[in-house]
Parts: sequence; C-alpha cells; structure tokens
Amino acid sequence: MVDFHGWSMPIHYGSQISEHNTVRQNCGIFDVSHMTILDFHGPDVERFVRKLISNDVRKLSEIYDGLYSAMVNDKGGVIDDLIAYKMEFGYRLVVNCATRGEDLKWISNKSKDFDVLMEERDDLSMMAIQGPKSLEVLGKCPTPVNLLKAKKRQQGVYGNDMFAAKTGYTGELGFEVILPHSKAVGLWNDAIKAGAKPIGLGARDTLRLEAGMNLYGFEMDDSISPFECNMSWTVDFSDEARDFFGKRALLKKSKESNLELVGLVLEERSILRQGQEVYFDEKKALKGLVTSGTYSPTLGKPIAMARVPKFSENTCFAEVRGKKVFAKIGTPKFVKEGKEIFKERL
Amino acid sequence: MNVSNQVRFLASHEWGRIDEEGVLTVGISDHAQDLLGDIVFIELPDIGKELEAEEETAIVESVKAASDVYTPLSGEVIEINEKLLDEPELVNSSPYEDGWFFKIRLNEASAFEDLMTEDEYNASCEE
Repeated sequence: MVDFHGWSMPIHYGSQISEHNTVRQNCGIFDVSHMTILDFHGPDVERFVRKLISNDVRKLSEIYDGLYSAMVNDKGGVIDDLIAYKMEFGYRLVVNCATRGEDLKWISNKSKDFDVLMEERDDLSMMAIQGPKSLEVLGKCPTPVNLLKAKKRQQGVYGNDMFAAKTGYTGELGFEVILPHSKAVGLWNDAIKAGAKPIGLGARDTLRLEAGMNLYGFEMDDSISPFECNMSWTVDFSDEARDFFGKRALLKKSKESNLELVGLVLEERSILRQGQEVYFDEKKALKGLVTSGTYSPTLGKPIAMARVPKFSENTCFAEVRGKKVFAKIGTPKFVKEGKEIFKERL
Repeated sequence: MNVSNQVRFLASHEWGRIDEEGVLTVGISDHAQDLLGDIVFIELPDIGKELEAEEETAIVESVKAASDVYTPLSGEVIEINEKLLDEPELVNSSPYEDGWFFKIRLNEASAFEDLMTEDEYNASCEE
C-alpha cells in the first residue's frame, strides 16, 4: 500500500503484470474513489462550464453523455484533464485527485461572476470495471447494465443509485461506476464474485500508457499546452462566440507550438523513464524528454511516451547507464482492445 | 523465511551461498524482489570478470525501477544464470533457488563470515 495524495492505495494485489494481463484478456476492478467528483448547479451552469474547459459541452446531446477535456490556465498550460458529464441538474466533472487543491482554487476563483454552485461529491465512491468481459461481469451485478449495452463510449446511464458510464483508462471495453459509499463494497464484492480480479495502481499505469492516455504530472502539467500532449482534439474553437479560459493563449500556441507527444518502442532490454532525455543525432542538437516509460506486458517490450520537437525523424536514442539505447518513434498509442496498434514512422 | 546457515547477506539486499570449494552463488533477497515488483530485465556480468567486494555487478530492472546488484565479496565470475535473460520472473518466484544471478570463485573464502547472517539482515530490513 502507498500513500497516494492522502489515499491509502495498493500498487498491486499480487503481481502487477498478471493484473495487467487480466484487464487485457478478462476483467478487472479498480477502486478509483480517490478521483474528485464535482457537481455544478445553478442558472449559469452551462455558460460557466463552457467557459471553464477547453472542450465544448454543448456537443453533449443527451443527458449522461460525457466528453474528455482540459482545463487550461491563462498561459495555455493544462491545469488538469477531466471528463465532463451532462446531468439533469447541470454538469458533473471528474477531475484528478493529485490536482484537486489547484482545481478547486482555480474554479472557485473563476466562478465568482457566475450564478453557479459547485458541490464536491465526497459522499460518492467510484469503481472502474475494465476488460473484454466487463459487460458480462456487470450483468451479474445490480447495475443498470441493460441500459449500458446500447451506449457508445463516453455515454452514461443512471439506475439503482448508480451513475455508470462506458469509459475508462485502459484502452479496453470498460465502465466507471459512481455510487454512494454504502453501496461501493457491495458492488466490489459482486464484481469479484462474477469473475473480476482486483487491480492496483501499478497496472493502472501500464494499462493507460499502452492505451496512450495521459497522466497528469507526466505527459502534461500547467506549463504544457494541450497541443504538446496529444490533446489538440479536446480544444474546441469551432464556436467562435465561445470564450473559455486560456483560449487566447491557445489560439497563439496552436500556430506556434513546435513540440509534440510521440510513442517510443524499444527493441532493447532497457526502460526509459520519466525525465530521460532522447536525442536524434550524434551532436545532440535537438532533444526530447521522456514523459512516461514502462515495460509493456502486451508488446513484451519497453515503451515510452516522449515530448519531442516536431520533425520527421523515425528513431531516437537515449543514454542509459552509459549505454546508447535506440527507440523507434511512432504514434503515442500502443494497444487497443488487446491488440498492438503502434504505428512507427516510416 | 529461513534460508539456511550457508547463506549470508548484504544490507543492500543481496544474498550469497557458499559451497565447499569456495564458490559463492549470488542473488537478491525475497524482500528485495517483493520491493521491486515484477522483474522484466536483468543484466549479468561477463564470465571471467574480476570483482571487488560490493562492486556493482548486475542490474535488475522491474516495472518500477532499475537497481544495481552488488557482489557481496571479491572474486572471479565463473558462471552466470543465463535463464534469467529470458525468464527474469524467476527472481520473483524463486529468489533463493532458480533466481540466482551469478557465481564467483572467492578470493578469500573466510571473508564470508563477515557478511550479515539472516537474522541480522532481517533486522536491518525492519529498521
């Protein structure tokens, strides 16, 4: 168990790699109650949420639909990444636990001129059920599973006191269920009885990295713009009349930014970890920085994500313990639904 | 876990098992493999290499971190466990048997007695 921003959480329940493989091949359950759930109510709620985040919640057509977004500061840096859901009462934002303090400060400060109320839902737990068999597992639990079947990714349903959405942090079919604390242990036990295995933080990290999903403090922070961490698609400029925090800086950065996030695959027996520099020629004229790196259990090779200058090199190298280690450059996505999807640059 | 009285330890979590010919088999402790988590790569020394006591000799890389493995005593590397190159997980599943790293012919077999006993090592892990 480790202290994760004040939450006592397991790195693994036995073996991290076998937990990883369980989610790729079967079904795993994660207790992600550390995530911060913020509900927004009030007459100005839509106007405020459209101003708060870089993606546009006006795209959400049905109730319980969600979208991924960034919250951006005045310099265009990412304060946090989040999922915003449309609710009956307004909007629900699920933000990171590590950034909770900064988020709350920013939001409280920025909401002063709006008739909007933010409620932190620390009365709710959150369970992630992920893997090709996750729908089957949920079918054996008292969840609104019949409603869920027909839903697309990032859409949710409500029933039996549970808000459940088809989403996750693994690249597999999966669901995140938000429910009262009093029901959380019951759902956990039901899911385990139905065949799900408990998964710790370690496998959560290798799964998200294989899936090419960002982790705050690694791929992004408040000095990195969405364009530099593969989140351009979450910045929505389409409604020119919509102003949002950080928009002016992002309009400028969308033209100027010369860094991008790429995926690295290594054929060598060495893992590149966060903070490792990578180079493209002997003179080391240009360099990039590894944001996350691990051993990919699915590929059976080391993988990494790196922020590098935008140009068309297809290999790079790092110096690890005095040795040169080469990596192929490609898409910052490695695995989806159990299969390798990494595309190396030609 | 009681390993045997022929096994001694370094505080940095290596164990060494001595035989009658003064050959020391070296690996990492059960406690160390547990701390490291799933082990994915291992680098072993070249056969014939002369080692000084507590010199960095091998590298063990787990999902969490890369760590140096130190030789408990001075001597010449005479054998390495090549199986670990393809099955590094042996260090997790069998740290004191199948998961050994390398063997050295000790320069001075008597130095073995200066290493930590299992009880001393266990006590140092609890500190």
